[in-house]
Amino acid sequence: MSNAETNIPVEAIGLGKKFGEVVAVEAIDFSVERGRVIGLLGGNGAGKTTTMSMLMGLLTPTSGSARIFGKDASQRDAGALARINFSSPYVEMPGRLTVAENLEVYARLFGLRRPKDRIAKLARDLDLESFLHRATRTLSAGQKSRSALAKSLINAPELLLLDEPTASLDPDTADWVRRYLETYQAETGAAILLASHNMPEVERLCDDVLMMRAGKIVDRGAPKDLIARHGRQNMEEVFLDIARGGSAAPAGDVA
Amino acid sequence: MTEIDIALTARGRITALMLRHYYLYRGSWPRIIELAYWPLMQIFLWGFISQFFQQHSTLIAQAGGLLLAGVMLWDVMFRGQLGVSVSFLEELWARNLGQMFVSPLRPIELAAALMSVSLMRTLIGLIPSAIVAWLLYEFAITSIGPGLIVFFFMLLAFSWAVGLAVCGLLLRYGLGAESLAWVTVFALAPISAVYYPISILPEWLQWVALATPSAHVFEGMRAVMLENRFDWGHCLWALGLNVVALSLAVWTFVSAFNAARRDGRLLQSGE
Repeated sequence: MSNAETNIPVEAIGLGKKFGEVVAVEAIDFSVERGRVIGLLGGNGAGKTTTMSMLMGLLTPTSGSARIFGKDASQRDAGALARINFSSPYVEMPGRLTVAENLEVYARLFGLRRPKDRIAKLARDLDLESFLHRATRTLSAGQKSRSALAKSLINAPELLLLDEPTASLDPDTADWVRRYLETYQAETGAAILLASHNMPEVERLCDDVLMMRAGKIVDRGAPKDLIARHGRQNMEEVFLDIARGGSAAPAGDVA
Repeated sequence: MTEIDIALTARGRITALMLRHYYLYRGSWPRIIELAYWPLMQIFLWGFISQFFQQHSTLIAQAGGLLLAGVMLWDVMFRGQLGVSVSFLEELWARNLGQMFVSPLRPIELAAALMSVSLMRTLIGLIPSAIVAWLLYEFAITSIGPGLIVFFFMLLAFSWAVGLAVCGLLLRYGLGAESLAWVTVFALAPISAVYYPISILPEWLQWVALATPSAHVFEGMRAVMLENRFDWGHCLWALGLNVVALSLAVWTFVSAFNAARRDGRLLQSGE
């Protein structure tokens, strides 16, 4: 699928975004390498979604650059965009179309030659078969979540951006989604950038974490290292420390 | 890495978006009925008015289909513009714009898909009207001759230009500007001289009318129906003005897309 296997999935260099006088993201640097799961953490308004939007080419930065597989994200390179995908509870698929119809449209947008084969595989893997031909708007939250996950995997992305993938899900469905993500990541070696407010989820899935506050990366490292560095019991306590303006010790690049 | 077979082509992505609208209409009978409903109502209303005028007006008696042809061709303009704007609104209503653009899709391809869907929607509305006009009023729109094809595509192209400009405004102002999709084209109706010649208008307004491709099309239509001649002058003016209008509209749409990327409106486009 790829003709540039050596390219790093994400490189953000001095990446920043201002809306008028409001600084949403301020000159952040980080990279996400192949096979790594990186958490993007921070309170509401910390700049997580803005950062992800810039990586996906939906938002143009006001300073610095974001490179996706070596291509400037703001240029929306078709080859690079074909290798990424995302999921967020804040965007939806057209509700009047069935799950299968939606997946086919997205498969074709990504240029899949045999969309029905891919949809059939994802329907088996994600247990969508019982509601594959139902209108998306009629699905339960859990079913919608699995459908959205299928959409985000339709092109077998090498870089998966997930914005709160388990928000509003019951614990059982949330656990099921996490297990599937672990399996996908292990089988494909994809890079995953995960924005989440769920700290146990972050501890479970992420190799490294970027802690954001007021548009800046204020700390970074493996969950265990962060917990140790802050002298806390778990990521929840580390998160509260940082979100409330407590200690933060910048560290080296996540890779 | 999971291997999948992909082919990144603009045609494939445009087809994907057309498929999205095909699935939408296939699953929604009210939407399909609505496409033909208004054109049919127009034909019923104007058909009877035409019949009345034929008995009381020498001009209309000479060319009984003049009003009906005007109604149908104006509907091409109206439906064509709605076809672009409403199809775009469907993406805003579904909060789907952000999803679509996390893919290799380009804004110009979205515009091409909207125009293709518009063509389909317009034909679905026009064909039943043409059949009713022929059955009830013995007027065949095809009696205009080969010029009909020229008039159809000239009006459609202008409607796409208006529709894309409206989409640009929707990108800029969001669903707060939704009503623009429904009302904009009506501002062009008086100066398009659908049912009367441009010479009826005040002189200053005639110049404004002549700056629209639609006025040239309807003048051309009357030349065919009343004088039995194809007016190449109006045809070429319509063509040239359409090139300008479509270029401006595409520029407006792409500029609005880039502004939405700058201001962060793509992900919030449903609000």
